[in-house]
Amino acid sequence: MVYSFPEDVLEHVFSFITSDKDRNVVSLVCKSWYEIERWCRRRIFVGNCYAVSPGIVIRRFPDVKSVELKGKPHFADFNLVPDGWGGYVYPWIVEFSRAYPWLEEIWLKRMVVTDESLELISKSFKSFKVLVLSSCEGFSTDGLAAIAANCRNLRVLDLRESEVEDLSGHWLSHFSDTFTSLESLNIACLGSEVSFSALERLVARSPNLKTLKLNRAVPLDKLSTLLHRAPQLVDFGTGAYSAETRPDTYSSLSEAFSHCKELKDLSGFWDASPSYLPAIYPICSRLTSLNLSYSPIQSPDITKIITQCCNLQRLLVLDYIEDTGLNALAMSCKNLQELRVFPSEPYVVNPNVSLTEQGLVSVCEGCPKLESVLFFCRQMSNSALITIARTRPNLKCFRLCIIEPQAPDYLTFEPLDSGFGAIVEHCKSLTRLSLSGFLTDRVFEYIGTHGKKLKMLSLAFAGDSDLGLHYILSGCESLRKLEIRDCPFGDKALLANADKLETMRSLWMSSCSVSFGACKLLGQKMPRVNVEVMDESDCLDCKPDGCLVEKLYVYRTVAGPRHDMPHFIWTMGQDPAYSLN
Amino acid sequence: MESGYSRVDEEIHPQLLDLIPKERNWFVKRDDDHNIEGRSRSRHGNGDEKKLELRLGPPGVEDWSLSDTPKSYKSPAKASANVPNTSQKRSAPAPVVGWPPIRSFRKNIASSSSKQAPPSDSQNVVVPDNVAKKEKTMETCQKGFFVKINMNGVPIGRKVDLNAYDSYEKLSTAVDELFRGLLAAQKDTSGNQEQEKAITGLLDGCGEYTLVYEDNEGDRMLVGDVPWHMFVSTVKRLRVIKTSEISNICLGSKQVKIRH
Repeated sequence: MVYSFPEDVLEHVFSFITSDKDRNVVSLVCKSWYEIERWCRRRIFVGNCYAVSPGIVIRRFPDVKSVELKGKPHFADFNLVPDGWGGYVYPWIVEFSRAYPWLEEIWLKRMVVTDESLELISKSFKSFKVLVLSSCEGFSTDGLAAIAANCRNLRVLDLRESEVEDLSGHWLSHFSDTFTSLESLNIACLGSEVSFSALERLVARSPNLKTLKLNRAVPLDKLSTLLHRAPQLVDFGTGAYSAETRPDTYSSLSEAFSHCKELKDLSGFWDASPSYLPAIYPICSRLTSLNLSYSPIQSPDITKIITQCCNLQRLLVLDYIEDTGLNALAMSCKNLQELRVFPSEPYVVNPNVSLTEQGLVSVCEGCPKLESVLFFCRQMSNSALITIARTRPNLKCFRLCIIEPQAPDYLTFEPLDSGFGAIVEHCKSLTRLSLSGFLTDRVFEYIGTHGKKLKMLSLAFAGDSDLGLHYILSGCESLRKLEIRDCPFGDKALLANADKLETMRSLWMSSCSVSFGACKLLGQKMPRVNVEVMDESDCLDCKPDGCLVEKLYVYRTVAGPRHDMPHFIWTMGQDPAYSLN
Repeated sequence: MESGYSRVDEEIHPQLLDLIPKERNWFVKRDDDHNIEGRSRSRHGNGDEKKLELRLGPPGVEDWSLSDTPKSYKSPAKASANVPNTSQKRSAPAPVVGWPPIRSFRKNIASSSSKQAPPSDSQNVVVPDNVAKKEKTMETCQKGFFVKINMNGVPIGRKVDLNAYDSYEKLSTAVDELFRGLLAAQKDTSGNQEQEKAITGLLDGCGEYTLVYEDNEGDRMLVGDVPWHMFVSTVKRLRVIKTSEISNICLGSKQVKIRH
C-alpha cells in the first residue's frame, strides 16, 4: 500500500534532483509525479532545437528559469554545414518572452543569434542573469550593447568562440555605472579593442568577478592594472602576451599575478613571447587549468611552465609541446584529467615538430586520472593504442586525429583496427570516440561489440562497406550522436537499422553512399524522424532514386518537419505539400 | 517500384528491404589493395577472398559476421578512396574540406604569431562562410616532387614525380616504363629492333638491376628499407645500377646485404 506524500513534500524532494536524466525518470513514475515534476522543473536542456518546438516546451514546463539550446550539427565547426542551415534562436526568444518573464539564464550552442534576439532578451527578462553563447554567430557588438545597457542584474556574459560582427568596442561602455553584479566576462573571441578605461572601471566595480577572459587586443602592459582591480579572479585569460621586454612591465605583471591567490585557470597567451612567461611561475602550482593553444611558444618554454603545475587537471596546448614536453607532463602533473593537443600547422605534410604517439603513451602511462584526450598527430601504431588502452582503462573521451586520412599503422602498415578495438574493449566507460587512420569494417565490429556506453562517435574516411555502419547501429546501445564523413556506408545498413535512429539524437552523413531513394523511404517510414538532405537542385523529385546524397542529417523530433530551411535542404519522405519549401 | 508502403506496419524492415536487391546473401568483394570504389553501390560479386554473409534482419540480430581473418595492409602505400571532393594522396593538391577537423580560429596560430593583428580568420567580421572557407585552404600543398633518375648504361637521364606514387612497387613499375625503351635502344647497336626486356627485380636484388638513391645527407642507399613517406622525404635523386656493381661500390665491405 503506497501512501503518497503531499505535493509540496514531493516538490521539495524533487528540488534536490537537478540532472535532466534523473528528472526525466522521475516524471515517468506516474501521472502525479509527472505533473509535480513539470511544474517544478526550472532548468530545461534541448539537445537539438528542432527536436521539439517552443510551444511544446512551454506547455509542459510552465515555470522555467534556465534554458539550454543546441542548434547546428557538430560538423558545422569544420565548415561542413552550409550557411543558412538554420538554428535560429529568435522564435524561441519570442515565445519565452511571453511565457517565462522571469527567465534568468540562456545557454546556446551553435545557434544563429541576431541582434534582434539579443535586444529582445535584454528587454523581456527582468531578472536576466546568465548569457552564454558558445560557437554562435549572427550578431554584432550592437546586440551586446543592448545586453549591457538593459540587463541590470547580469552576472555572466560568456561569448565562447562565437563569431561576432565587431562594429566597435564601444558596447562595453553601455554597462551602467551602477552595474556591479558581474561575475563572469568572456570576450576572448572579439577582434576589436574595447575601451580600456571602461573595462577597468567595470572590473573595479565588480567585486564578484571570478572569470575574466580578455581578447587579443588588450595589450600586455595593461594586464597588471586589471589584475590589481580583481585579485579575487579564479579564471583569467590574457590578451596578446607579448611586448618589448621591459623590467618594470615584467615586475608589475609578476607582482600582479602573485596577488591573485585564487587564480586556478589561465588562458589567452596569444603571440606569447618567452620573456614574459616567467611572470606566471609563482602561480603555476595553484593552476588546475591551462590553455596555451593560442600561443606559439616552443617545447622548452612549455616544459618549464608545466613542470611547475603540479595540480594541473586540464591542459590545452599546440603540438609545439613535442614528446619531451609530454614526458614532462607525465612526470609532473599526476592530477591531469584532460589533455588536448592541437596541430600548429595542420596543412603542412611534414612539420618540424617532434610530436609522436610516444608522447601520448607517456601521458597515458604517467597520469592515472586522465580521462579525456584530444590528440592531433601524424603517425600512430596499434601497439601504442593497445598500450594506451591497457594503461588507461578509465578513459571516457578519446579523440584521435591522424592528420593524413587513412594513414595505417606506421610500423606495420596494418589498419588501426586492433588498436582502436583495444580502446573500446578496455575503456569500459568510454562515452565519446573519434577515429582516424586506416580502418576496415573490423574496427566497427569491435566497437559494436564493446562500445556499449558510447554516446558519441565520429568517423572519417573509414570502413569498407555497409557492414561497418551496421555494426555500429546495431551494437552501440547508448549511441546518441553519430557523425560520419567520407565513408562507404550506404542504404542497406541505414534502412536495416531505421528504428535505431529514433533512439538517437542525430545522425550526420556526408560524402557517403546513401541514395535519394533510401532517404525517401526512411522519411516515409519513420514519421518521428526528420530526414534532411542537402542538395542544390531545383527539383528533387526529378532526381533518380539511385543518385547519391551529398549531405544527410537525420534526427528524431516531436515537432514534425521544420519550415525554416534554406532552398538547398529538403525533408524527405514527407507529403509532397511539405517537401517543397 | 515501392510495394506495401500504404500499410502502417510494425514489420518495417521486410518492406523496406523490398527495394534492395533480392539476394539474401551478399558477397561483398574486398579488393586486395583496399581500393574502395568510391560511391559505387554495385559491389556485389563473388569475392573469392573474403565473403561476407549478410542476412538482413531487425537490429540486434547478430546474423552479420565477418568470416575471415583481418586483412593486412599489404603494401606500404596508403589506400586511396576515390571519393569525390576529397584527396588523400599528396599528389592531389586539392584540399579536403573540413579536414583536419579544427576550428577556424585555430588555423593560423603558427603563421600569425608574428603579427599583432587578430587572426585573419577572425571573428571580428562576419565573413560569409564560403569566403572564409576559400581563404582557409591548405597553406602548403605538395606539388609534383620530381627527382632525377639515371640508369647505368643509359646516357640520358629521366625525371620522375615521386608524388605520383605511393609505394615502392609502383615506383619500380614506373622505372621500368621509363627506361625499358631507352635501354633496349642502347643495347641495339646494329639498328635492328631488339625485343624490349622488362626491368624487374629492382627492389629485391634478384634482378639484373637494382634501384638505389642518394639521400639528403649525400649517402647512397638501397631503395626499400624505410616506409615510403620517409623515403620520399629524404630522397634527392635515384639511380638504377647493375646488381653486380653493388659489391664494387661497397669498398672494403665483405658483406653486402641484398634483400630478398
